[in-house]
Amino acid sequence: MSTHTHHHDNDFLFKYIFSTDHKMIAKQFLLTGTVMGFIGMMMSLFFRIQLGWPGESVPLLETFLGDWAPGGVLAPDKYLALVTIHGTIMVFFLLTAGLSGTFSNLLIPLQIGARDMASGFMNMLSYWFFFLSSVIMLISLFVEGGPASGGWTIYPPLSALPEAIPGSGMGMTLWIASMAVFIVSSLLGSLNYIVTILNLRTKGMSMTRMPLTIWAFFVTAILGVLSFPVLLGAVLLLLFDRSFGTSFYLSDIFIAGKALEVEGGSPILFEHLFWFLGHPEVYIILLPALGITSEVVATNSRKPIFGYRAMIGSILAIGFISVLVWGHHMFVTGMSPFLGAVFTFTTLLVAIPSAVKVFNYLTTLWKGNIKFTPAMLFAIGLVSTFITGGLTGIILGDSALDINVHDTYFVVGHFHIVMGLSGTFGMICGVYHWFPKMFGRMLDKRLGFVHFWLTITSAYGVFFPMHFLGLAGVPRRYYSNTAFPLFENLIDINVTISVFALIGGVAQFIFLYNMIYSIFKGPKAPKNPWLSNTLEWTTPVEHIHGNWPGEIPEVHRWPYDYSKPGSEEDYIPQTVPLGPDEKDEGH
Amino acid sequence: MLDLLIIVSVVLGIIALAQLIKVLELAGKAKGENSWDVTDKDNRTQARLMPVFLVVYFLFIIYQMVAWGGYLLPVSASHHGETIDNLMMTSWIIIFPVFILTHILLFYFAWKYSYDKNRRAEFFPHSNKLELLWTIVPTVVLSILILYGLNTWNNITTPVSAEEDPVLIEVYAYQFGWIARYAGEDRALGSANVRNIEGVNALGMDSTDANGWDDKIVRGEFHLPVNRPVQFIFRAQDVIHSAYMPHFRAQMNCVPGMTTRFNFIPTITTMEMKKITQNEDFNYILLCNKICGAAHYNMQMDIIVESEADFDAWLAEQKEFLPMDGKPKASDSATEEVVEEVLEETATSSIN
Repeated sequence: MSTHTHHHDNDFLFKYIFSTDHKMIAKQFLLTGTVMGFIGMMMSLFFRIQLGWPGESVPLLETFLGDWAPGGVLAPDKYLALVTIHGTIMVFFLLTAGLSGTFSNLLIPLQIGARDMASGFMNMLSYWFFFLSSVIMLISLFVEGGPASGGWTIYPPLSALPEAIPGSGMGMTLWIASMAVFIVSSLLGSLNYIVTILNLRTKGMSMTRMPLTIWAFFVTAILGVLSFPVLLGAVLLLLFDRSFGTSFYLSDIFIAGKALEVEGGSPILFEHLFWFLGHPEVYIILLPALGITSEVVATNSRKPIFGYRAMIGSILAIGFISVLVWGHHMFVTGMSPFLGAVFTFTTLLVAIPSAVKVFNYLTTLWKGNIKFTPAMLFAIGLVSTFITGGLTGIILGDSALDINVHDTYFVVGHFHIVMGLSGTFGMICGVYHWFPKMFGRMLDKRLGFVHFWLTITSAYGVFFPMHFLGLAGVPRRYYSNTAFPLFENLIDINVTISVFALIGGVAQFIFLYNMIYSIFKGPKAPKNPWLSNTLEWTTPVEHIHGNWPGEIPEVHRWPYDYSKPGSEEDYIPQTVPLGPDEKDEGH
Repeated sequence: MLDLLIIVSVVLGIIALAQLIKVLELAGKAKGENSWDVTDKDNRTQARLMPVFLVVYFLFIIYQMVAWGGYLLPVSASHHGETIDNLMMTSWIIIFPVFILTHILLFYFAWKYSYDKNRRAEFFPHSNKLELLWTIVPTVVLSILILYGLNTWNNITTPVSAEEDPVLIEVYAYQFGWIARYAGEDRALGSANVRNIEGVNALGMDSTDANGWDDKIVRGEFHLPVNRPVQFIFRAQDVIHSAYMPHFRAQMNCVPGMTTRFNFIPTITTMEMKKITQNEDFNYILLCNKICGAAHYNMQMDIIVESEADFDAWLAEQKEFLPMDGKPKASDSATEEVVEEVLEETATSSIN
């Protein structure tokens, strides 16, 4: 903390806009992420209308989408545009920047006992690069030819050639520009998180006294630093192929009536580079969600998280294995069968630390004393989605089985449950739990209960039936199934999915309403509303620069001393010194 | 009109919600509660909802199995597909009990251990025995699955040898359709490159390569003989496509700039499958399973599996790329002229 930033304390511009305070930046990330999340969700509702009632005229679509849906019927290439931008927004803007950006920023300094991030300025830049990339992505919706439409995985040559699909023109260029800026944002953020966690822990906060949230953010940041630059390289080479006549990814192509002068490149190279980020990305989303829920489950079970060290071990193991499994996205690309075997092996290994985590969650609940705050409900929901979605991963990770379910709706169901739902539940869980810390006010619990039950019911209503579509052989990214007699009778599955999607979509507005209402009108938060042990609840409710008015508190114990025998209260904050005969469980 | 109704109902819904909150808040205040602190009553209600949800969730899954189980792909129509189906069944047998057990535990614990201010949670921070248990058991189970899976994978990906006399077929993908090419009598496909595409030569075949002269090109549907290995070679013209033949448990990407391969042995003829599925209109199908452009959702080709005799008869009817009836195939100096002549003939005849 440099002293001169204090001059700007009362200046609106520097307090709310160009803030270097991690708490304000966290709120900025949350706000932007939420806006992007709702845009991404609305897109999915639009294309679900097409999938549930293919070809029927729905005037509302024309109202929202204009000439993308002439006469109320979504155009096929614009369907792909919606699918592509939905995926991009959800994966990167909501569940990477929205999730990590919000909670890493908010919690790292507060939970390790630091006055701010190692570099407040870099942190501010990280947010503004993210904001810029969001703006570029949204602008790309309005350019000629529409936004990128080749799927969020933007495989060339489809993404490289405007002749192949209109969205591969200006829209794709903006997609690449947006992602390049996004990656800069992500790197600035991640480096800051790593340095802060390693260097700025308060006295007594050893690595094995850190809350699991911090461990999760730490490993996530490392994964981000290792893998995002590879994506940057991949998309820059794609940019060269598109604009400067190179052929890294292109070879022997005949399109729009002529053969192109490209030779020697391989689209498979792009797939390798893309998934070298793409798979760790899954864990960049999942680990923070798991970290957040570990904290929430322990607090609300009034019980230590079971197997703290095993939980750290499994976070590290998952992080390590996650960079060795990218090839399981490519079993049917014609990649060497030997490589396929290696990737099957490494992929199925991920199930071991994942199983450890699940059983540790279950044991934490066992003989707990569970308070069902809305955050706790979403944490329980996450355990359920993590199991449901994780188990089908055992099928998809098996190369022999993947042959027949690859790229079908089975995959869509799998990753939406294990990554989409778990990530979203983790994020929502975090918002309910740390809303008082962010805004100094409380969310309404009743709306929270309604929100949870509607969300989990509709979520399974949307994604579980997709497994059946997949096992019936329906490929993903199909504008409609009506072209095939084979898929004719599947329409009732699609209607079911779409109805649940619409219910789930509406339910999210309850959450949005709750957030907006509570930011301004919610009851004032007490200092430690959930009676939690971690350091963030020792800071004043009103945000101040530097987090603690006086000295930074010293830490004397691990964060999970809930219901410890011998203590009157059922929680002992980390700042309370150990008793004479007391043992610190984290060490 | 519908738009207006929807917008009005959304607005009304939000107003109703806001009013509801106010009413609840006032009622809560009267009772001395606040709007965020979870009361004993809340805990009881939420705890009861846990097993209710579990039952609803399981019933929903059973409903789906009953209502939609019939939509799933029928028995595998290929030899290796049976091993995939067996592996799939084994995986389900392992996965499903785990799914049910963990979900029962999750929602049972949530219900059973809901908050009671007269009780204290048990302080149980770790147990190496338990951790070891749920590290070792998944490891063992996964090892079995990995070994079984890799064995199946190796069998599937083993190339078919020439002695097994496979039918050699090139499947060619373009935006937005498929073309199949059979090797002729010589059991070899002529070389091809997209740079040669011109007029009727849609596959870009090299007309100087004698191997290709007797190749047979078909569209709309292609035929396979039952119980004989089929060696597929895949090519793509423009972007990545994926040749997906779900009934044969077969899929391989078609990638511009390279060829990919897959082989399988069809085991059930189309006629037999019509009986199995009790569907007179049943047809095997090849479809595209990699996003490839606006008409990705409608890129199909029928597959007919029939007896070897029927297959031979069908193939004999198909036209050769460059019919060489009575003309020399030798590589003498006259060849190129002959080829050009024939190409012209073919072009004219196909225009007619």
